[in-house]
Amino acid sequence: MDPQLHVVTGKGGVGKTTVAAALALALASDGGRVLLAEVEGRQGLAQLFDVAPLPYAEVRLAPAPSGGEVVGLAIDPEAALYEYLDLFYRLGPAGKLLRKVGAVDFATTVAPGLRDVLLTGKIYEAVGQRRAGRQEYDAVVVDAPPTGRITRFLNVGSEVSGLAKVGPIRAQADAITSLVKSSRAVVHVVTLLEEMPVQETADGITELESAGIPIGRVIVNGMRTRWLDAAQRAQMAGLDSDATALKHHAAKTAATLKHLGMARPVGSAKSMLDEAIRHEARLEQEDEQLAAVHALDARAAELPWIDDGVDMAALLELATTLRTAVVNA
Amino acid sequence: MSQASTPDHVEHVLDVDALIDDRSIRILVCCGSGGVGKTTMSAAIGLRAAERGRRAVVLTIDPARRLAQSMGLVELDNEPRRVAGVDGSAGGSLDAMALDMKRTFDEIVEAHSDPERTAAILANPFYQSLSSSFAGTQEYMAMEKLAQLSRQAQNEGTWDLIIVDTPPSRSALDFLDAPERLGSFLDGQFIRVLIVPSRKGARAGLRVFNAGMGVVSGVLDRILGAQVLEDVRTFASSLDAMFGSFRERADATYRMLKEPGTTFVVVSAPEPDALREAAYFVDRLSVDALPLAGLLVNRVHRPLTTAITADAAAAGAERIEAMLVAEPSAEASADDSPEDSLRLTSAMLRLHAESARRFQREIRLVDRFTAGYESIPVLLVDALAQDVHDLEALRRVGQMLGSGQPT
Repeated sequence: MDPQLHVVTGKGGVGKTTVAAALALALASDGGRVLLAEVEGRQGLAQLFDVAPLPYAEVRLAPAPSGGEVVGLAIDPEAALYEYLDLFYRLGPAGKLLRKVGAVDFATTVAPGLRDVLLTGKIYEAVGQRRAGRQEYDAVVVDAPPTGRITRFLNVGSEVSGLAKVGPIRAQADAITSLVKSSRAVVHVVTLLEEMPVQETADGITELESAGIPIGRVIVNGMRTRWLDAAQRAQMAGLDSDATALKHHAAKTAATLKHLGMARPVGSAKSMLDEAIRHEARLEQEDEQLAAVHALDARAAELPWIDDGVDMAALLELATTLRTAVVNA
Repeated sequence: MSQASTPDHVEHVLDVDALIDDRSIRILVCCGSGGVGKTTMSAAIGLRAAERGRRAVVLTIDPARRLAQSMGLVELDNEPRRVAGVDGSAGGSLDAMALDMKRTFDEIVEAHSDPERTAAILANPFYQSLSSSFAGTQEYMAMEKLAQLSRQAQNEGTWDLIIVDTPPSRSALDFLDAPERLGSFLDGQFIRVLIVPSRKGARAGLRVFNAGMGVVSGVLDRILGAQVLEDVRTFASSLDAMFGSFRERADATYRMLKEPGTTFVVVSAPEPDALREAAYFVDRLSVDALPLAGLLVNRVHRPLTTAITADAAAAGAERIEAMLVAEPSAEASADDSPEDSLRLTSAMLRLHAESARRFQREIRLVDRFTAGYESIPVLLVDALAQDVHDLEALRRVGQMLGSGQPT
């Protein structure tokens, strides 16, 4: 069975929200209905899809190819707590008292693990939600907390085990944990081809694996075009220590720039060669990081750098890539 | 910085050298959203300050392994250590430490309780969760450590400049808000009410209130399981002696940030999200009357020449590619340029077009920010080719922050 819950994590700043949104579009693109949920109160989805801030309710975000659609939900722990209390206790005015004495604050921010149970509980509910005898959502995608916190976030069962030993929270946490550890769920890790995000990806995967949580794809975001081919790269790599060759290339480049009628051909040629040498140094580092990524996931997905801000067209382009590399992999 | 590469609206350039040479500044807080290079900036400012004669200490939060190693931060004992290899000829020195939040919390408990009570608190499951995983603990402990360092600096004259990195929260504002949140919880009504039953002689008014609270804690007991509230209760009772002091400490630290001698540097990156967070932070500092030195926009990708624009470069590459397709050999011989050289030039033009476009976009984003904050000094810091691995690399970052570009 295809996994139904897709959790998207990664180091801060690698583009988790963008990748989660593109993945939701990819999953919805054969006519499916997909829920895209955020849990950090940042309204990142509203910003990305350029819509008004999302309420604590499911809102249609975007249509997907072939009649599919992506529905957005911003999960708020406080609202989830009230919903939960209403469901189980029909509190009425006592709810106000809870808030007044700081019990709500306590439950949603201080009580260890409880916030995560409330957030993941809502996700769990969405996965199981049914309407007219079938699944409400074909898939649920979560724009999740960063790699450093993801295992704790998903592994709520063991997180609250030392605290809530009995009671409905305990039961809820256990149910979430068993979903997250089953073949119905999968965690994708987004990274850039830079040292720290790749290192964090490796650390995160080790942690998730030891908690028994299934890993999906590593997704390399922001891949830049490689403007130099192998022969050109070798040339550039040699230029750093070969002044004669550098001079030779600079003269030829300057001649071409002059022929094209470019401004300041001699100076520009030198600068452009330096840019190319710098580019080559960067490609070498990227190769090293890509090798490290492939050691983690030989079939890691690669998404291109988006030049001028992510809009709907860009999201659909990324979705097409993810459809091949993640959904149908 | 050349004129062409300065955003239109930057009226004042942030002069980091002037900042660290100003002896009246004793605390410098680097803040900003996660992933913008705050820790590296803090460390680089610290090193530069030390080599310009300040006796500086850097409090880092969760430094990358190699950055920590570059400063010799191998002994993680929650105390500042002298950084070796710093040029002390101007009379300065550099100490550095990485915050251990649990240990800092433990130390507060130890300082305020007798050994028996300390042991009870440290063993309490609720305390253990609170001190190691509550989202606000790191922020609170960073403030706490800053206060400790500041006291030590004042009483013992150990340092004349403290540079604080802030925790890598998603939102820059957490640093300011979390201590208050934790402080008011630890010192608040909720905990007081929880421990009232264990106090003798509760006043009559409280009894009525307690009836209501009975309902509340009954509900919480059922949700969480009775053990949780019991742990909280025990924890709270053990902490009874420290009540008041938590809130007071948070308030005192916050007041310290408002004193002359403290200044904030907001670190950002030329990306919409990071700049939006920077704007929130700048607004907040202004509302709270906290002093702002300026904005560092880190990781700017500057092309090496601006003589050829992005459009001109792309058009040039297209012309070369068309020539190569039309008449590869003829064109090559006419121009006395072998085909390979033409191909290389076209690849370099494409590369340059991309860098120039990226830089344009980054400058546009910074412009959009500075348009709303014209009086704020801004400094663009170029992206590093490599992560910082040693003190020399950190020194080069410092040079970029100070007088100019590295050589």
